[in-house]
Amino acid sequence: MTELTELGAAAAARAIHAREIDAGELFEAYRERAGADELNAFTWVAEGPPPPTDPAAPLAGVPLAVKDLFCTEGIPSQAGSRILEGYRPPYTATVVENLTGAGVTLLGKTNQDEFAMGSSNENSAFGPVLNPWDRGRVPGGSSGGSAAAVAAGLAPWAIGTDTGGSIRQPASLCGVVGVKPTYGACSRWGMIAFASSLDQAGPLARDVTDAALLLSHMVGHDRRDSTSVALPEPITLPTAEDLTGIRLGVPEELLAGGDDGAGIEPGVRESFEATLALAEGLGATIDTCRLPHAPHALSAYYLIAPAEASANLARYDGVRYGLRVGGEEDLATMYTRTRGEGFGAEVKRRIMLGTYALSSGYYDAYYGQALKVRTKIADDFRAAFARFDFIATPTSPWTAFELGSKADDPLAMYLNDFCTVPMPLAGIPALSIPSGCSDGLPVGFQLAGPAFSENPLLQAAHALERAIGFDGSQVRA
Amino acid sequence: MLAREDVLHVARLARLGLDEDELERMGSELSAVLDHVERIRELDLDDVEPTSHAVDVAGVMRPDEPAPCLERDVILAAAPEPVDGGFGVPSPGSGGE
Repeated sequence: MTELTELGAAAAARAIHAREIDAGELFEAYRERAGADELNAFTWVAEGPPPPTDPAAPLAGVPLAVKDLFCTEGIPSQAGSRILEGYRPPYTATVVENLTGAGVTLLGKTNQDEFAMGSSNENSAFGPVLNPWDRGRVPGGSSGGSAAAVAAGLAPWAIGTDTGGSIRQPASLCGVVGVKPTYGACSRWGMIAFASSLDQAGPLARDVTDAALLLSHMVGHDRRDSTSVALPEPITLPTAEDLTGIRLGVPEELLAGGDDGAGIEPGVRESFEATLALAEGLGATIDTCRLPHAPHALSAYYLIAPAEASANLARYDGVRYGLRVGGEEDLATMYTRTRGEGFGAEVKRRIMLGTYALSSGYYDAYYGQALKVRTKIADDFRAAFARFDFIATPTSPWTAFELGSKADDPLAMYLNDFCTVPMPLAGIPALSIPSGCSDGLPVGFQLAGPAFSENPLLQAAHALERAIGFDGSQVRA
Repeated sequence: MLAREDVLHVARLARLGLDEDELERMGSELSAVLDHVERIRELDLDDVEPTSHAVDVAGVMRPDEPAPCLERDVILAAAPEPVDGGFGVPSPGSGGE
């Protein structure tokens, strides 16, 4: 690793502002690293130098890796799917526009599970991403390329999307910081949709400060997404060094794990408990709390998200963009063949599941009931936040698992999301920071707060991060 | 366990082509997931309002101001088969339902 790329993103922006380093040289250093990517983290890397940026811009030409599903004008954007093969959108996602407006340069597009459906990045038309900590293991998903690129120092920072854990879980498995903001904080315009009532963009970064800086330039109301909202206050860079007066709730239902083998691995639990002890040492008070409906979140999620996906993905029909298969026969046959050959196995499963849950005779029992569970989950969080500032859990019950080890068992794969799905159902923000390693693999610690609590969450994560002192530099070498 | 006819019915609703192998696997995989998610049916939630959107942003209005949209040829550049300034499609034929 060169001195240039060892600089964190915020530090690099400061150095460019001070004219100590040159943005063009920084971009070239990363372009070289991303171009030599052996992890399959990138699906596209910039071919030449970026357009000149204003060195006084807040993000001053610091390069950014962008998950494939963000539309980028004239640049391949296919959400990891064969059905969007060759698609180069005629417009750019608002979040990407906000960031380039603040001065970032587009380094590349990152690999992901197809349409963001997956927890291992094995469901990509581009093939799996390898975890930089152990190339025989998954990086997590669906934002696996973004997480692996940041962990391996192929990019200073990246953006991803989180629907049921797709930023936090790969951040956890790759040893980086990942933030899922409050629903609506970031515009979804130009994000290729998975489940619209859950999808949120967010940053993946080497540390909490970089994540906060990136997030501060992503957020904002966008008239093109009427579900986006203006945050009550701007995102600020965290400075907290202690947790005095902070009350942390540990939900016993999530710590117990599900009854289908979602139990927390011993090494993960150990790291989680050590982090709680550190938090106590920093002045936090810790107590168990109840989220009685949280164990049902996974079921509600795996009905609501596929239901929304089955509707969102109806647009891939071989007419307006992407792949078309057949066309010699009638229209319905063309639709069926295009979708049959264009979608991968997991996307087909979710479309089937969602279509079933919405179909006549099952709608109330499945989809309707799931929406009611969603209400109860949001109520549980509201009650918990009356007593606690934040909820703390392990991000993922497991560390990175071996490639292929869960690929044949969809349910086992879904259980990986046990601790991350309740938050998007309630629309609340949550983040994952590395809390240490178990058998040489990173473990993630998750904090969740009430809607629009991004600043206090980032402050708490910053204090904890300093106390933990996680060092991910070995995989950036 | 979902019967083969159920799987075929849902695949038809979703306009999703599945080969023999996929049909077989889909039945057992969906059944395993449904067995898990089905537990929420046991919860008594009769008096609970459903939530389809977690953050309250009801009644969003904006001025209705005309603005330029993308040019026709820019949109059609991504289409698999543009025809005479529109999207070309095969005949609806008799295959529909």
